[in-house]
Amino acid sequence: MDSAFVIEKFILVAVIFGISLVIAMYSTYAERKVAAYLQDRLGPDRAGPFGILQPLADGIKMFMKEEIIPTSSNRFLFIAGPGLALLCACIGTAVIPWGSPVLIAGKTIPLQVSDINVGVLYIFGVVSLGVYGVMIGGWASNNKYSLLSAIRAASQNISYEIAMGLSIIALLLMTNTLSLKEIVGQQHGLNWNVWYQPLGFLIFMVCSFAETNRAPFDLPECETELIGGYHTEYSSMKLGFYLFAEYINMFVSSAVMAALYWGGYNYPGMDYVAAHLGPTWAPLIGTAVFFGKIVMFIFFFMWVRWTIPRFRYDQLMNLGWKGLIPLAIANIIITGVVIAIIEKF
Amino acid sequence: MSTQVFYFVATLSIIFSLLVIFAKNPIHSVLYLILTFFTFTVHYVLLNAQFLAVVNFIVYMGAIMVLFLFVLMLLNLNNETEPSKSPLIKIVGVIAGGCLVVTLIGSLKSASITSPLILKNPGLGLVENLGKELFGPFLLPFELSSLLLLAAMVGAVLLSKRDEVEA
Repeated sequence: MDSAFVIEKFILVAVIFGISLVIAMYSTYAERKVAAYLQDRLGPDRAGPFGILQPLADGIKMFMKEEIIPTSSNRFLFIAGPGLALLCACIGTAVIPWGSPVLIAGKTIPLQVSDINVGVLYIFGVVSLGVYGVMIGGWASNNKYSLLSAIRAASQNISYEIAMGLSIIALLLMTNTLSLKEIVGQQHGLNWNVWYQPLGFLIFMVCSFAETNRAPFDLPECETELIGGYHTEYSSMKLGFYLFAEYINMFVSSAVMAALYWGGYNYPGMDYVAAHLGPTWAPLIGTAVFFGKIVMFIFFFMWVRWTIPRFRYDQLMNLGWKGLIPLAIANIIITGVVIAIIEKF
Repeated sequence: MSTQVFYFVATLSIIFSLLVIFAKNPIHSVLYLILTFFTFTVHYVLLNAQFLAVVNFIVYMGAIMVLFLFVLMLLNLNNETEPSKSPLIKIVGVIAGGCLVVTLIGSLKSASITSPLILKNPGLGLVENLGKELFGPFLLPFELSSLLLLAAMVGAVLLSKRDEVEA
């Protein structure tokens, strides 16, 4: 392991981390603007031109607020909860291929932190770990509402993970690999997986809404029933961490959806661009396209949030267990049969 | 390098497993158990069994422990609500623990340091090789065990389902 490799990866990690944070910051701004547009309002427009400095102002406000730790709470876990939530949200970015390898100063640099050969399962593991932040924080608050919310989050995540995993299995039957780099590489041009797996994509998307606790599945923070949900007792930047983790989760699951189903950094006409712009700029355009897709998905998350009202808890469970899981299993069977037929003839 | 990492992680596993038993609060016990499972995941990675590592991560750390935590949080056990144990139970516990210690000492006495096992195929733990093994020579036991799991699952659903009339 030479030092150049370590420095290269370190810079890549720092850049990805910075981008995740900036995108999460501006997601809060975008969310308000989208909400305002959908509700025929103006949204934040005071701080800077078009209110573009609003996230900064919010960040400063979060840091300046009084820090309150309830006396009857479990102090260590109370602090560990939000930290864990943010950590789990951030480590998912490690296996996502952000672009095809770039040639910089005579050196080819892969735009992926780590290409482990079980990349899809790694993402899955990180997603399943994400609920601990909510559960630990909710329990450590020593508040009945927080506890109820933590329990809701746990059961919701477990239920939707099953359908999510099953929907990925149908995709893996087609790709024959678990490496995200290879999965994205297979979708060259417009040969995207979503054309072959529309149902699988739909199930995966619904499940990622549930996994990120976004509306219409934001039952853990259902304010009409639970005051504020698992972060009722939190104030200051610890609350900020929870909110931030939600937006980073949204960013990561948008990236995963774009990479698994919508071709990642592939776009029609990429060969033409690669031939004319050379190995330095063409991959960067691919990365820009990838981020364009991610932004589209983030917008979709917000669009849904301000359009569809929250589900009731039994409706959520019914949809997960009786709707999505049988659909996902049917999808696996159909995919398997079709692949068998194609291979036969 | 790898040996040092192994000893470091192995020490952590032992410490965390001991903490699972000694923690007063059941929730803390479960959290230590999660950490123990995490160290196991690292062990699997050190053994080049990536698939097993990630499955251990997802299934044990991500799913089963969440359910454990879930149940404990629902019960919300406290020191005050814990029923006081009678002296008889304590005596029985001491005897059972003593038996366990005797057995452990006996088995450790006869143990000797074995030479490290070297796998013929070091890539056995990778997904592709593991899949070929499972769906090749071990297809029948694999399918049978999956049937067993399915039967257990259906049984659990059936048991938890109330009668229509009653509900």
